[in-house]
Amino acid sequence: MIRYIIKRLLYLIPVILCVSFLIFALMDLTPGTVVDSMIPSDATPEMVEEIYAQYDLDKPMVYRYAKYMLQFVQGDLGKSDISGENILRMYLDRLPNTLLLAVSSLFVAAVLAIPMGIRAARHAGTLTDNLTTVATLVGMSMPSFWLGLLLLFLFSFKLRLFPASGNDGFLSYILPAVCNGLTMMAGTTRQTRAAMLEILHADFLRTARSKGVPEKRVIWKHALGNAMIPILTTLGSNLSSSLAGSVVIESVFAWPGVGRLTAEAIMSRDVKLACGAVIMTTILYVIMQLIVDLAYAFVDPRIKARYIRTRKTRRKAA
Amino acid sequence: MKEKELVSKRYRKRSQLGDIFHRLRKNKGSMFGLCIIILLLVILILSFFIDYNAVTATDLANRYQGPSLKHPFGTDDMGRDMFLRTLYGTRYSLSIGFGATLLAAIVGVIIGSVSGYYGGLVDDLIMRLTDIISSIPAMLLGMVIVSILGGSVVNLIFAVGICSIQYYIRITRASILAIRGQEYVEAAKVIGMSDLRIIFTQILPNAFSPVIVTFSATIGIAILVSASLSFIGLGVAVPMPEWGALVSSGRNALRTAPFVSTFPGLFIMITVLAFNVLGDGLRDALDPKLKR
Repeated sequence: MIRYIIKRLLYLIPVILCVSFLIFALMDLTPGTVVDSMIPSDATPEMVEEIYAQYDLDKPMVYRYAKYMLQFVQGDLGKSDISGENILRMYLDRLPNTLLLAVSSLFVAAVLAIPMGIRAARHAGTLTDNLTTVATLVGMSMPSFWLGLLLLFLFSFKLRLFPASGNDGFLSYILPAVCNGLTMMAGTTRQTRAAMLEILHADFLRTARSKGVPEKRVIWKHALGNAMIPILTTLGSNLSSSLAGSVVIESVFAWPGVGRLTAEAIMSRDVKLACGAVIMTTILYVIMQLIVDLAYAFVDPRIKARYIRTRKTRRKAA
Repeated sequence: MKEKELVSKRYRKRSQLGDIFHRLRKNKGSMFGLCIIILLLVILILSFFIDYNAVTATDLANRYQGPSLKHPFGTDDMGRDMFLRTLYGTRYSLSIGFGATLLAAIVGVIIGSVSGYYGGLVDDLIMRLTDIISSIPAMLLGMVIVSILGGSVVNLIFAVGICSIQYYIRITRASILAIRGQEYVEAAKVIGMSDLRIIFTQILPNAFSPVIVTFSATIGIAILVSASLSFIGLGVAVPMPEWGALVSSGRNALRTAPFVSTFPGLFIMITVLAFNVLGDGLRDALDPKLKR
């Protein structure tokens, strides 16, 4: 298992290198950078060259990338072109907000979606099931920003229950988390229902029932335990995509997270900040996917056994 | 000759397409979706008769008018009629969603079939590249590409399309891997067909149903992503009535004029819903395993 984790972590290195190169190259293409705006209108060609040389713009892109990455591994993402602040600091300052939002919305989604999915699967074909199906379809089709605006209108403007923006205090967490959670919930409910439907007629459940295991335990432990992999996959991909897709929710609720930082950087053509933020978010995204993959092994002993067995067979072969 | 025609007529009572449609018709949800999509197409065609000047005409005396007979969806911050704007916006959302998905499907199917058919080093290289691109979150990649190219309909199609190519590469490759070893492919090789002809005439037609299912599933996602990009201001520019941008235009007046954001958002939701339910129905209709 540990060997597997190490292997996966090592595999991350080329992925991160390639991804950062891709993003760096794309960002390099951005027209109209800050450097261009620093050149005075009456600049002589020599002056322009000098300014370009100062930013290594006279050298090939690969050179700039190598230099950037060398600083990157030392934890130096450079300074923002506009505010002059340390980019890593800016990012890390905002990161807890985004993580908090992602985790709390995941919590909202899991707590609501799993029981709903199980209920729908157990009463497949009934009104409850059909209503759940319609609700999940509608939920999956709803643009999250629109849902956010509707929630804002209803709960903070009409009912005045929650603040409309910012992050001061517990109350301001609720609306963004619920909004993000509801969008996650639809897919998760659907997945839970499908996974449970497949398993509800399994022989081992009949065995458990005939042994006299209480129905609650049959459903929640025996059935759910075996249906967990696809549910976990959906929740995991939701978690990682809400890290990245937080741009929209954060923009609706004026939430000071990394998504808004990235969007603002891109909009204000702060190339360095945008580049750093996108690369950082991508690295987090990749790591999150790794964690989900590893979580499978904890949920499903079969997968765990596979890792251990491959290790043993490899040893024998060697 | 005549006998042959008779026989084929009796056995060809229903073509494969007809068979699929027959199964699709039993699914109420997907028929509902299909009706909505046809309705949207009608709106799209009718919207070409709308005068663009009427769509952008400002009337500052009538800002933020609530829904009424004259303005069924109310008016926005410049007094523009939201009903006309929303109807007019149909073309942007549909063309971006459809265009991006079509682009992704064409490019993805070609790359995926090359990867699956040839295998070996080519396959490894293509799959590693796909892994790398798919490890960048779609929304971020879309934002980066739009920021480079600038916001316009064509650029949005390109940006959103690139983000969904990976699904088609993966799915085409998987179904080609399953088909590659079949006898009829070997037979085609034996009679000396070229690789290209084998891929296009022998393999792809048999690997196509998962692609169609993915197509209808990703079209909804493409519409959502493009609307999100426009909503945060990185998509189609403001005077153009794209739905995401229309929802965004009502944000500042949410307290007093919630209808400005509500109606375009409702249109996005209904459109995506229609494609999603149609996709579900298509999956059931095309999946031979579920065939009774």
